[in-house]
Amino acid sequence: MDSQTAIDIVLKFAAITVAFVVVLLVVAYTVLAERRVLGFIQGRLGPNRVGYGGMLQPFADLLKFILKEDIVPDKSTRFVYFLAPVIATMAALMTMIVYPFGAEIRIPFTDWIIPLYVARFDVALLYVLGVTSVGVYGIMLAGWSSNNKYSLMGGLRSSAQMISYELALGLSLIGVILLAGTLDLAQIVELQSGWHGLRWFIFFHPLGFIIYLIAAIAETNRVPFDLPEAETELVAGFHTEYSAMKFALFFLAEYINMFTVSMLATTLFLGGWNVPFAADIFGRPSFMFGLVSAIGFLLKVIFFLFLYIWLRGTLPRFRFDQLMNFGWKILLPFALLSIFITSTLVFLFPNLF
Amino acid sequence: MLVLLFILFGAMAIGCALAVVAQRNPLYSAISLIGVFISLACLYVMLAAPFIAAVQVIVYAGAIMVLVVFVIMLLNISEEEHRRPRLKFLVPAAVALAGVLIAEVAFILVSVESRAMPASSVSDIGLTSSIGAALFTKYLLPFEITSILLLMAIVGAMTLARRGGLLPPRDVAKRD
Repeated sequence: MDSQTAIDIVLKFAAITVAFVVVLLVVAYTVLAERRVLGFIQGRLGPNRVGYGGMLQPFADLLKFILKEDIVPDKSTRFVYFLAPVIATMAALMTMIVYPFGAEIRIPFTDWIIPLYVARFDVALLYVLGVTSVGVYGIMLAGWSSNNKYSLMGGLRSSAQMISYELALGLSLIGVILLAGTLDLAQIVELQSGWHGLRWFIFFHPLGFIIYLIAAIAETNRVPFDLPEAETELVAGFHTEYSAMKFALFFLAEYINMFTVSMLATTLFLGGWNVPFAADIFGRPSFMFGLVSAIGFLLKVIFFLFLYIWLRGTLPRFRFDQLMNFGWKILLPFALLSIFITSTLVFLFPNLF
Repeated sequence: MLVLLFILFGAMAIGCALAVVAQRNPLYSAISLIGVFISLACLYVMLAAPFIAAVQVIVYAGAIMVLVVFVIMLLNISEEEHRRPRLKFLVPAAVALAGVLIAEVAFILVSVESRAMPASSVSDIGLTSSIGAALFTKYLLPFEITSILLLMAIVGAMTLARRGGLLPPRDVAKRD
Protein backbone atom coordinates (compact mmCIF):
# COMPACT_ATOMS: atom_id res chain seq x y z
CA MET A 1 0.00 0.00 0.00
CA ASP A 2 1.57 3.32 -1.04
CA SER A 3 1.14 6.62 0.76
CA GLN A 4 -1.48 7.95 -1.70
CA THR A 5 -3.82 5.03 -0.98
CA ALA A 6 -3.30 5.48 2.75
CA ILE A 7 -4.18 9.18 2.51
CA ASP A 8 -7.26 8.34 0.43
CA ILE A 9 -8.44 5.80 2.98
CA VAL A 10 -7.94 8.25 5.86
CA LEU A 11 -9.82 10.97 3.93
CA LYS A 12 -12.68 8.58 3.19
CA PHE A 13 -12.91 7.62 6.85
CA ALA A 14 -12.97 11.28 7.81
CA ALA A 15 -15.69 12.00 5.24
CA ILE A 16 -17.80 9.06 6.46
CA THR A 17 -17.42 10.23 10.07
CA VAL A 18 -18.46 13.78 9.19
CA ALA A 19 -21.45 12.53 7.17
CA PHE A 20 -22.57 10.22 9.99
CA VAL A 21 -22.23 12.91 12.65
CA VAL A 22 -24.17 15.46 10.60
CA VAL A 23 -26.89 12.93 9.80
CA LEU A 24 -27.18 11.75 13.39
CA LEU A 25 -27.42 15.34 14.63
CA VAL A 26 -30.15 16.14 12.12
CA VAL A 27 -31.95 12.93 13.07
CA ALA A 28 -31.72 13.74 16.78
CA TYR A 29 -33.28 17.13 16.17
CA THR A 30 -35.92 15.59 13.90
CA VAL A 31 -37.10 13.61 16.91
CA LEU A 32 -37.29 16.79 18.95
CA ALA A 33 -39.00 18.67 16.10
CA GLU A 34 -41.52 15.87 15.76
CA ARG A 35 -42.44 16.07 19.43
CA ARG A 36 -42.67 19.86 19.38
CA VAL A 37 -44.65 20.05 16.12
CA LEU A 38 -47.00 17.27 17.21
CA GLY A 39 -47.49 19.17 20.44
CA PHE A 40 -48.28 22.31 18.49
CA ILE A 41 -50.77 20.45 16.27
CA GLN A 42 -52.45 18.90 19.29
CA GLY A 43 -52.58 22.17 21.24
CA ARG A 44 -49.93 21.40 23.87
CA LEU A 45 -46.33 22.38 24.42
CA GLY A 46 -44.16 19.31 23.99
CA PRO A 47 -40.71 18.96 25.61
CA ASN A 48 -39.36 22.48 26.28
CA ARG A 49 -37.58 22.16 29.63
CA VAL A 50 -34.09 20.83 28.82
CA GLY A 51 -31.99 23.62 27.38
CA TYR A 52 -33.41 26.62 25.55
CA GLY A 53 -36.78 25.56 24.12
CA GLY A 54 -35.84 21.89 24.64
CA MET A 55 -32.68 22.10 22.52
CA LEU A 56 -30.83 19.59 24.73
CA GLN A 57 -33.70 17.10 24.91
CA PRO A 58 -32.15 14.64 22.36
CA PHE A 59 -29.02 14.35 24.49
CA ALA A 60 -31.05 13.86 27.65
CA ASP A 61 -32.94 11.08 25.87
CA LEU A 62 -29.70 9.48 24.73
CA LEU A 63 -28.34 9.53 28.27
CA LYS A 64 -31.55 7.95 29.51
CA PHE A 65 -31.35 5.18 26.89
CA ILE A 66 -27.75 4.40 27.79
CA LEU A 67 -28.38 4.29 31.52
CA LYS A 68 -31.57 2.21 31.41
CA GLU A 69 -31.59 -1.46 32.31
CA ASP A 70 -31.23 -3.73 29.28
CA ILE A 71 -33.84 -6.48 29.59
CA VAL A 72 -33.54 -9.59 27.39
CA PRO A 73 -36.61 -11.86 27.31
CA ASP A 74 -35.99 -15.32 28.75
CA LYS A 75 -37.20 -17.39 25.81
CA SER A 76 -35.77 -15.18 23.08
CA THR A 77 -33.31 -16.43 20.47
CA ARG A 78 -30.28 -14.61 21.86
CA PHE A 79 -28.02 -14.20 18.86
CA VAL A 80 -30.75 -13.09 16.46
CA TYR A 81 -32.24 -10.86 19.14
CA PHE A 82 -28.95 -8.98 19.37
CA LEU A 83 -28.35 -9.05 15.62
CA ALA A 84 -31.69 -7.48 14.61
CA PRO A 85 -31.20 -3.88 15.84
CA VAL A 86 -27.65 -3.92 14.48
CA ILE A 87 -28.89 -4.87 11.00
CA ALA A 88 -31.63 -2.24 11.13
CA THR A 89 -29.29 0.59 12.10
CA MET A 90 -26.45 -0.48 9.82
CA ALA A 91 -28.68 -0.76 6.76
CA ALA A 92 -30.14 2.65 7.53
CA LEU A 93 -26.76 4.34 7.96
CA MET A 94 -24.96 2.67 5.05
CA THR A 95 -26.91 4.54 2.39
CA MET A 96 -25.58 7.88 3.64
CA ILE A 97 -22.33 7.59 1.71
CA VAL A 98 -23.76 8.04 -1.81
CA TYR A 99 -25.86 11.18 -1.43
CA PRO A 100 -24.42 14.44 -2.77
CA PHE A 101 -25.06 16.79 0.16
CA GLY A 102 -24.10 19.81 -1.91
CA ALA A 103 -22.15 21.02 -4.91
CA GLU A 104 -18.35 20.98 -4.74
CA ILE A 105 -16.76 23.48 -2.34
CA ARG A 106 -13.63 25.38 -3.33
CA ILE A 107 -11.52 26.34 -0.35
CA PRO A 108 -10.98 30.13 -0.64
CA PHE A 109 -7.62 31.34 -2.12
CA THR A 110 -6.60 27.83 -3.14
CA ASP A 111 -7.38 25.39 -5.93
CA TRP A 112 -8.62 22.76 -3.55
CA ILE A 113 -12.04 21.50 -4.62
CA ILE A 114 -13.85 19.24 -2.20
CA PRO A 115 -16.89 17.32 -3.43
CA LEU A 116 -19.64 17.05 -0.84
CA TYR A 117 -20.26 13.33 -1.18
CA VAL A 118 -18.41 10.42 0.37
CA ALA A 119 -18.44 8.03 -2.57
CA ARG A 120 -19.55 8.22 -6.15
CA PHE A 121 -20.15 5.15 -8.22
CA ASP A 122 -22.03 3.87 -11.21
CA VAL A 123 -24.88 2.08 -9.43
CA ALA A 124 -25.51 4.45 -6.52
CA LEU A 125 -29.29 4.30 -6.86
CA LEU A 126 -29.32 0.49 -6.97
CA TYR A 127 -26.98 0.48 -3.96
CA VAL A 128 -29.51 2.56 -2.02
CA LEU A 129 -32.35 0.20 -2.98
CA GLY A 130 -30.28 -2.89 -2.16
CA VAL A 131 -29.11 -1.71 1.25
CA THR A 132 -32.62 -0.53 2.13
CA SER A 133 -34.06 -3.91 1.19
CA VAL A 134 -31.61 -5.62 3.56
CA GLY A 135 -32.98 -3.40 6.35
CA VAL A 136 -36.23 -5.42 6.28
CA TYR A 137 -34.40 -8.27 8.02
CA GLY A 138 -33.78 -6.14 11.08
CA ILE A 139 -37.51 -5.79 11.66
CA MET A 140 -38.38 -9.37 10.65
CA LEU A 141 -35.74 -10.97 12.83
CA ALA A 142 -36.58 -8.68 15.75
CA GLY A 143 -40.19 -9.81 15.55
CA TRP A 144 -39.28 -13.47 15.33
CA SER A 145 -36.51 -13.64 17.93
CA SER A 146 -38.49 -11.85 20.66
CA ASN A 147 -40.70 -14.96 21.01
CA ASN A 148 -43.79 -12.82 21.48
CA LYS A 149 -46.89 -13.10 19.33
CA TYR A 150 -47.35 -9.35 19.06
CA SER A 151 -43.75 -8.91 17.97
CA LEU A 152 -44.07 -11.70 15.43
CA MET A 153 -47.26 -10.24 13.98
CA GLY A 154 -45.65 -6.82 13.84
CA GLY A 155 -42.56 -8.18 12.12
CA LEU A 156 -44.60 -10.15 9.57
CA ARG A 157 -46.88 -7.23 8.82
CA SER A 158 -43.96 -4.90 8.45
CA SER A 159 -42.04 -7.15 6.08
CA ALA A 160 -45.17 -7.85 3.99
CA GLN A 161 -45.80 -4.13 3.79
CA MET A 162 -42.22 -3.28 2.90
CA ILE A 163 -42.01 -5.92 0.16
CA SER A 164 -45.30 -4.71 -1.34
CA TYR A 165 -44.43 -1.05 -1.35
CA GLU A 166 -40.85 -1.61 -2.48
CA LEU A 167 -42.28 -2.53 -5.89
CA ALA A 168 -44.16 0.74 -6.30
CA LEU A 169 -41.16 2.63 -4.93
CA GLY A 170 -38.75 1.03 -7.38
CA LEU A 171 -41.11 1.54 -10.32
CA SER A 172 -41.61 5.22 -9.47
CA LEU A 173 -37.84 5.72 -9.70
CA ILE A 174 -37.61 4.21 -13.18
CA GLY A 175 -39.07 7.38 -14.71
CA VAL A 176 -36.21 9.40 -13.25
CA ILE A 177 -33.67 6.87 -14.50
CA LEU A 178 -35.21 7.14 -17.98
CA LEU A 179 -34.96 10.93 -17.88
CA ALA A 180 -31.42 10.97 -16.51
CA GLY A 181 -29.99 7.96 -18.33
CA THR A 182 -27.78 7.14 -15.36
CA LEU A 183 -27.92 5.59 -11.90
CA ASP A 184 -25.22 7.84 -10.49
CA LEU A 185 -26.87 10.19 -7.96
CA ALA A 186 -24.22 12.91 -8.34
CA GLN A 187 -24.78 12.99 -12.08
CA ILE A 188 -28.58 12.92 -11.69
CA VAL A 189 -28.34 16.08 -9.59
CA GLU A 190 -25.93 17.62 -12.08
CA LEU A 191 -28.45 16.99 -14.87
CA GLN A 192 -31.07 18.97 -12.98
CA SER A 193 -28.96 22.12 -12.80
CA GLY A 194 -30.17 23.51 -16.14
CA TRP A 195 -32.69 26.38 -16.46
CA HIS A 196 -30.79 28.32 -13.77
CA GLY A 197 -31.07 25.45 -11.31
CA LEU A 198 -34.80 24.81 -11.73
CA ARG A 199 -34.82 21.94 -14.23
CA TRP A 200 -36.07 19.53 -11.62
CA PHE A 201 -37.33 16.08 -12.59
CA ILE A 202 -40.55 16.61 -10.65
CA PHE A 203 -41.79 18.79 -13.52
CA PHE A 204 -41.25 15.99 -16.04
CA HIS A 205 -42.40 13.14 -13.86
CA PRO A 206 -44.98 14.43 -11.33
CA LEU A 207 -46.99 11.20 -11.07
CA GLY A 208 -43.84 9.28 -10.18
CA PHE A 209 -43.08 11.82 -7.45
CA ILE A 210 -46.49 11.37 -5.82
CA ILE A 211 -46.18 7.58 -5.98
CA TYR A 212 -42.67 7.76 -4.56
CA LEU A 213 -43.85 9.94 -1.68
CA ILE A 214 -46.67 7.55 -0.72
CA ALA A 215 -44.53 4.43 -1.10
CA ALA A 216 -41.70 6.03 0.87
CA ILE A 217 -44.00 6.75 3.80
CA ALA A 218 -45.10 3.12 3.73
CA GLU A 219 -41.48 1.94 3.45
CA THR A 220 -40.51 3.78 6.61
CA ASN A 221 -43.55 2.45 8.51
CA ARG A 222 -44.86 5.90 9.32
CA VAL A 223 -48.40 7.14 9.86
CA PRO A 224 -50.77 6.44 8.08
CA PHE A 225 -48.97 3.20 7.22
CA ASP A 226 -47.61 2.37 10.68
CA LEU A 227 -49.46 -0.95 10.93
CA PRO A 228 -46.39 -2.85 12.24
CA GLU A 229 -46.51 -0.90 15.47
CA ALA A 230 -50.21 -0.18 15.76
CA GLU A 231 -50.46 0.33 19.52
CA THR A 232 -54.12 -0.59 19.78
CA GLU A 233 -53.54 -3.98 18.15
CA LEU A 234 -49.96 -5.00 18.68
CA VAL A 235 -48.69 -3.20 21.82
CA ALA A 236 -45.60 -1.79 20.09
CA GLY A 237 -45.14 -4.25 17.24
CA PHE A 238 -41.74 -5.72 16.49
CA HIS A 239 -39.89 -3.77 19.18
CA THR A 240 -42.24 -4.64 22.05
CA GLU A 241 -39.58 -6.73 23.79
CA TYR A 242 -36.69 -4.36 23.21
CA SER A 243 -35.49 -2.00 25.89
CA ALA A 244 -32.77 0.58 26.54
CA MET A 245 -30.16 1.06 23.83
CA LYS A 246 -31.46 -1.70 21.57
CA PHE A 247 -34.82 0.02 21.41
CA ALA A 248 -32.99 3.28 20.77
CA LEU A 249 -31.28 1.68 17.78
CA PHE A 250 -34.63 0.75 16.22
CA PHE A 251 -35.89 4.24 16.95
CA LEU A 252 -32.77 5.68 15.36
CA ALA A 253 -33.10 3.41 12.32
CA GLU A 254 -36.67 4.57 11.77
CA TYR A 255 -35.69 8.23 11.79
CA ILE A 256 -32.59 7.67 9.67
CA ASN A 257 -34.80 5.89 7.15
CA MET A 258 -37.12 8.89 7.15
CA PHE A 259 -34.12 11.07 6.49
CA THR A 260 -32.86 8.75 3.75
CA VAL A 261 -36.10 8.64 1.78
CA SER A 262 -36.38 12.42 2.13
CA MET A 263 -32.86 12.80 0.75
CA LEU A 264 -33.65 10.43 -2.11
CA ALA A 265 -36.83 12.38 -2.94
CA THR A 266 -34.84 15.62 -2.90
CA THR A 267 -32.02 14.18 -4.99
CA LEU A 268 -34.18 12.58 -7.64
CA PHE A 269 -37.18 14.88 -7.92
CA LEU A 270 -36.44 18.26 -6.35
CA GLY A 271 -33.10 18.96 -7.96
CA GLY A 272 -30.85 17.83 -5.10
CA TRP A 273 -28.58 20.69 -4.08
CA ASN A 274 -29.69 22.98 -6.92
CA VAL A 275 -30.79 26.38 -5.65
CA PRO A 276 -32.45 28.58 -8.29
CA PHE A 277 -30.10 31.27 -9.67
CA ALA A 278 -27.40 30.52 -7.07
CA ALA A 279 -24.95 29.35 -9.75
CA ASP A 280 -25.48 32.62 -11.68
CA ILE A 281 -24.80 34.76 -8.61
CA PHE A 282 -21.83 32.94 -7.07
CA GLY A 283 -20.35 31.04 -10.02
CA ARG A 284 -18.98 27.52 -9.92
CA PRO A 285 -16.88 26.20 -8.33
CA SER A 286 -16.81 28.56 -5.39
CA PHE A 287 -17.00 28.44 -1.63
CA MET A 288 -20.26 30.34 -1.40
CA PHE A 289 -22.01 28.18 -3.98
CA GLY A 290 -21.01 25.03 -2.12
CA LEU A 291 -22.35 26.48 1.11
CA VAL A 292 -25.60 27.75 -0.41
CA SER A 293 -26.22 24.48 -2.23
CA ALA A 294 -25.64 22.43 0.92
CA ILE A 295 -28.06 24.64 2.86
CA GLY A 296 -30.59 24.40 0.02
CA PHE A 297 -30.32 20.62 0.05
CA LEU A 298 -30.83 20.50 3.81
CA LEU A 299 -33.84 22.82 3.61
CA LYS A 300 -35.50 20.62 0.98
CA VAL A 301 -34.89 17.54 3.15
CA ILE A 302 -36.29 19.36 6.18
CA PHE A 303 -39.39 20.20 4.16
CA PHE A 304 -39.99 16.48 3.61
CA LEU A 305 -39.32 15.70 7.26
CA PHE A 306 -41.85 18.34 8.24
CA LEU A 307 -44.33 16.80 5.80
CA TYR A 308 -43.90 13.46 7.57
CA ILE A 309 -44.56 15.00 10.97
CA TRP A 310 -47.50 16.96 9.62
CA LEU A 311 -49.04 13.78 8.18
CA ARG A 312 -48.53 12.01 11.49
CA GLY A 313 -50.43 14.74 13.28
CA THR A 314 -53.24 14.72 10.73
CA LEU A 315 -54.10 11.30 9.33
CA PRO A 316 -55.64 8.21 10.94
CA ARG A 317 -54.20 4.74 10.38
CA PHE A 318 -55.11 2.38 7.53
CA ARG A 319 -56.55 -1.08 8.15
CA PHE A 320 -54.18 -3.84 7.07
CA ASP A 321 -56.26 -5.16 4.14
CA GLN A 322 -56.83 -1.57 2.97
CA LEU A 323 -53.07 -1.08 3.06
CA MET A 324 -52.40 -4.17 0.96
CA ASN A 325 -55.19 -3.41 -1.52
CA PHE A 326 -53.99 0.16 -1.88
CA GLY A 327 -50.42 -0.93 -2.51
CA TRP A 328 -51.14 -3.63 -5.05
CA LYS A 329 -54.30 -2.45 -6.77
CA ILE A 330 -53.88 1.33 -6.92
CA LEU A 331 -50.26 2.33 -6.38
CA LEU A 332 -48.66 -0.37 -8.55
CA PRO A 333 -50.87 0.20 -11.66
CA PHE A 334 -50.34 3.93 -11.38
CA ALA A 335 -46.59 3.40 -11.12
CA LEU A 336 -46.70 1.33 -14.30
CA LEU A 337 -48.78 4.06 -15.97
CA SER A 338 -46.24 6.70 -14.99
CA ILE A 339 -43.43 4.63 -16.49
CA PHE A 340 -45.49 4.23 -19.69
CA ILE A 341 -46.14 7.99 -19.95
CA THR A 342 -42.57 8.99 -19.19
CA SER A 343 -40.98 6.47 -21.52
CA THR A 344 -43.36 7.49 -24.32
CA LEU A 345 -42.47 11.15 -23.81
CA VAL A 346 -38.76 10.41 -23.67
CA PHE A 347 -39.08 8.39 -26.90
CA LEU A 348 -41.15 11.03 -28.75
CA PHE A 349 -39.30 14.16 -27.61
CA PRO A 350 -35.72 13.09 -26.85
CA ASN A 351 -34.49 16.68 -27.21
CA LEU A 352 -36.85 18.11 -24.61
CA PHE A 353 -35.37 16.07 -21.79
CA MET B 1 -5.16 -4.04 -0.09
CA LEU B 2 -7.34 -5.77 -2.68
CA VAL B 3 -5.91 -9.13 -1.70
CA LEU B 4 -6.76 -8.49 1.96
CA LEU B 5 -10.35 -7.58 1.07
CA PHE B 6 -10.60 -10.60 -1.22
CA ILE B 7 -9.45 -12.90 1.57
CA LEU B 8 -11.88 -11.24 4.00
CA PHE B 9 -14.96 -11.54 1.78
CA GLY B 10 -13.95 -14.94 0.42
CA ALA B 11 -13.55 -16.28 3.95
CA MET B 12 -16.91 -14.73 4.87
CA ALA B 13 -18.58 -16.38 1.89
CA ILE B 14 -17.08 -19.80 2.62
CA GLY B 15 -17.79 -19.54 6.34
CA CYS B 16 -21.40 -18.56 5.78
CA ALA B 17 -21.83 -21.28 3.15
CA LEU B 18 -20.57 -23.91 5.61
CA ALA B 19 -22.92 -22.51 8.24
CA VAL B 20 -25.88 -22.87 5.85
CA VAL B 21 -25.28 -26.62 5.73
CA ALA B 22 -24.18 -27.10 9.32
CA GLN B 23 -26.91 -25.21 11.18
CA ARG B 24 -29.75 -27.27 12.64
CA ASN B 25 -32.12 -24.31 12.89
CA PRO B 26 -33.51 -23.42 9.43
CA LEU B 27 -33.71 -19.71 10.27
CA TYR B 28 -29.98 -19.66 11.09
CA SER B 29 -29.33 -21.37 7.76
CA ALA B 30 -31.36 -18.71 5.99
CA ILE B 31 -29.45 -15.91 7.74
CA SER B 32 -26.16 -17.56 6.78
CA LEU B 33 -27.34 -17.78 3.18
CA ILE B 34 -28.01 -14.02 3.24
CA GLY B 35 -24.45 -13.62 4.49
CA VAL B 36 -23.21 -15.68 1.53
CA PHE B 37 -25.10 -13.47 -0.93
CA ILE B 38 -23.81 -10.25 0.60
CA SER B 39 -20.18 -11.40 0.67
CA LEU B 40 -20.52 -12.58 -2.93
CA ALA B 41 -21.85 -9.12 -3.83
CA CYS B 42 -18.73 -7.60 -2.22
CA LEU B 43 -16.58 -9.93 -4.34
CA TYR B 44 -18.46 -8.82 -7.49
CA VAL B 45 -17.70 -5.18 -6.64
CA MET B 46 -14.02 -6.09 -6.41
CA LEU B 47 -14.26 -7.73 -9.83
CA ALA B 48 -15.44 -4.38 -11.31
CA ALA B 49 -19.03 -5.59 -11.72
CA PRO B 50 -21.03 -3.19 -9.51
CA PHE B 51 -24.29 -3.72 -11.38
CA ILE B 52 -24.24 -7.47 -10.81
CA ALA B 53 -23.39 -6.87 -7.16
CA ALA B 54 -26.31 -4.49 -6.65
CA VAL B 55 -28.74 -6.80 -8.45
CA GLN B 56 -27.45 -9.74 -6.42
CA VAL B 57 -28.27 -7.94 -3.17
CA ILE B 58 -31.63 -6.58 -4.36
CA VAL B 59 -32.91 -9.80 -5.92
CA TYR B 60 -31.45 -12.53 -3.73
CA ALA B 61 -30.90 -10.92 -0.34
CA GLY B 62 -33.70 -8.39 -0.62
CA ALA B 63 -36.50 -10.35 -2.25
CA ILE B 64 -36.04 -14.12 -2.45
CA MET B 65 -34.54 -14.65 0.99
CA VAL B 66 -37.19 -12.40 2.53
CA LEU B 67 -39.81 -14.83 1.25
CA VAL B 68 -37.81 -17.81 2.54
CA VAL B 69 -37.45 -16.25 6.00
CA PHE B 70 -41.14 -15.35 5.85
CA VAL B 71 -42.12 -18.97 5.27
CA ILE B 72 -39.79 -20.24 8.01
CA MET B 73 -41.23 -17.72 10.47
CA LEU B 74 -44.84 -18.50 9.54
CA LEU B 75 -44.41 -22.26 9.76
CA ASN B 76 -42.37 -21.82 12.95
CA ILE B 77 -39.99 -24.69 12.26
CA SER B 78 -37.67 -24.74 15.23
CA GLU B 79 -35.36 -27.71 14.67
CA GLU B 80 -34.67 -29.88 11.70
CA GLU B 81 -36.52 -33.20 11.92
CA HIS B 82 -34.53 -36.42 12.03
CA ARG B 83 -33.43 -37.69 8.69
CA ARG B 84 -35.63 -40.35 7.21
CA PRO B 85 -33.80 -43.60 6.31
CA ARG B 86 -35.12 -43.66 2.73
CA LEU B 87 -33.01 -40.63 1.88
CA LYS B 88 -29.79 -42.44 2.83
CA PHE B 89 -28.86 -43.44 -0.71
CA LEU B 90 -28.58 -39.71 -1.51
CA VAL B 91 -25.36 -39.36 0.51
CA PRO B 92 -23.06 -41.30 -1.87
CA ALA B 93 -24.86 -39.69 -4.82
CA ALA B 94 -24.17 -36.23 -3.35
CA VAL B 95 -20.51 -37.10 -2.81
CA ALA B 96 -20.20 -38.34 -6.41
CA LEU B 97 -21.89 -35.23 -7.83
CA ALA B 98 -19.71 -32.96 -5.70
CA GLY B 99 -16.68 -34.77 -7.09
CA VAL B 100 -17.91 -34.14 -10.65
CA LEU B 101 -18.48 -30.46 -9.84
CA ILE B 102 -14.99 -30.05 -8.37
CA ALA B 103 -13.50 -31.78 -11.43
CA GLU B 104 -15.41 -29.39 -13.73
CA VAL B 105 -14.26 -26.32 -11.83
CA ALA B 106 -10.68 -27.57 -11.82
CA PHE B 107 -10.87 -28.18 -15.59
CA ILE B 108 -12.21 -24.66 -16.18
CA LEU B 109 -9.48 -23.15 -13.99
CA VAL B 110 -6.75 -25.06 -15.78
CA SER B 111 -8.04 -24.30 -19.29
CA VAL B 112 -8.78 -20.60 -18.71
CA GLU B 113 -5.59 -19.70 -16.88
CA SER B 114 -3.50 -19.85 -20.04
CA ARG B 115 -5.51 -17.09 -21.75
CA ALA B 116 -4.95 -13.54 -20.54
CA MET B 117 -7.86 -11.11 -20.20
CA PRO B 118 -7.67 -7.89 -22.23
CA ALA B 119 -6.91 -5.33 -19.55
CA SER B 120 -8.53 -2.31 -21.21
CA SER B 121 -12.10 -3.62 -21.29
CA VAL B 122 -12.14 -4.71 -17.65
CA SER B 123 -12.94 -1.31 -16.17
CA ASP B 124 -16.18 -0.52 -18.01
CA ILE B 125 -17.58 -3.94 -18.85
CA GLY B 126 -19.50 -4.20 -15.58
CA LEU B 127 -21.08 -0.76 -15.81
CA THR B 128 -24.85 -0.44 -16.08
CA SER B 129 -24.79 1.23 -19.49
CA SER B 130 -22.59 -1.42 -21.11
CA ILE B 131 -24.70 -4.23 -19.63
CA GLY B 132 -27.87 -2.51 -20.85
CA ALA B 133 -26.46 -1.94 -24.32
CA ALA B 134 -25.36 -5.56 -24.61
CA LEU B 135 -28.65 -6.86 -23.24
CA PHE B 136 -30.84 -4.95 -25.68
CA THR B 137 -28.73 -5.34 -28.82
CA LYS B 138 -26.44 -8.35 -28.92
CA TYR B 139 -28.33 -10.57 -26.50
CA LEU B 140 -31.86 -9.36 -27.24
CA LEU B 141 -33.23 -12.80 -28.15
CA PRO B 142 -32.01 -14.58 -24.98
CA PHE B 143 -33.33 -11.63 -23.00
CA GLU B 144 -36.80 -11.91 -24.55
CA ILE B 145 -36.85 -15.68 -24.13
CA THR B 146 -35.92 -15.31 -20.47
CA SER B 147 -38.69 -12.78 -19.91
CA ILE B 148 -41.25 -15.14 -21.49
CA LEU B 149 -39.92 -17.94 -19.29
CA LEU B 150 -40.36 -15.76 -16.20
CA LEU B 151 -43.88 -14.80 -17.28
CA MET B 152 -44.73 -18.49 -17.66
CA ALA B 153 -43.34 -19.15 -14.18
CA ILE B 154 -45.51 -16.38 -12.74
CA VAL B 155 -48.65 -17.68 -14.47
CA GLY B 156 -47.79 -21.20 -13.32
CA ALA B 157 -47.36 -20.07 -9.72
CA MET B 158 -50.70 -18.27 -9.87
CA THR B 159 -52.43 -21.36 -11.27
CA LEU B 160 -50.92 -23.65 -8.64
CA ALA B 161 -51.74 -21.32 -5.78
CA ARG B 162 -55.30 -20.60 -6.85
CA ARG B 163 -56.69 -24.18 -6.86
CA GLY B 164 -60.31 -24.18 -7.95
CA GLY B 165 -61.28 -20.81 -9.36
CA LEU B 166 -60.64 -17.24 -8.42
CA LEU B 167 -61.36 -16.33 -4.81
CA PRO B 168 -63.72 -13.40 -4.35
CA PRO B 169 -61.87 -10.36 -3.01
CA ARG B 170 -63.64 -10.37 0.38
CA ASP B 171 -62.34 -13.83 1.20
CA VAL B 172 -58.81 -12.86 0.25
CA ALA B 173 -59.02 -9.95 2.64
CA LYS B 174 -60.28 -12.16 5.44
CA ARG B 175 -57.57 -14.76 5.03
CA ASP B 176 -54.67 -12.53 5.86
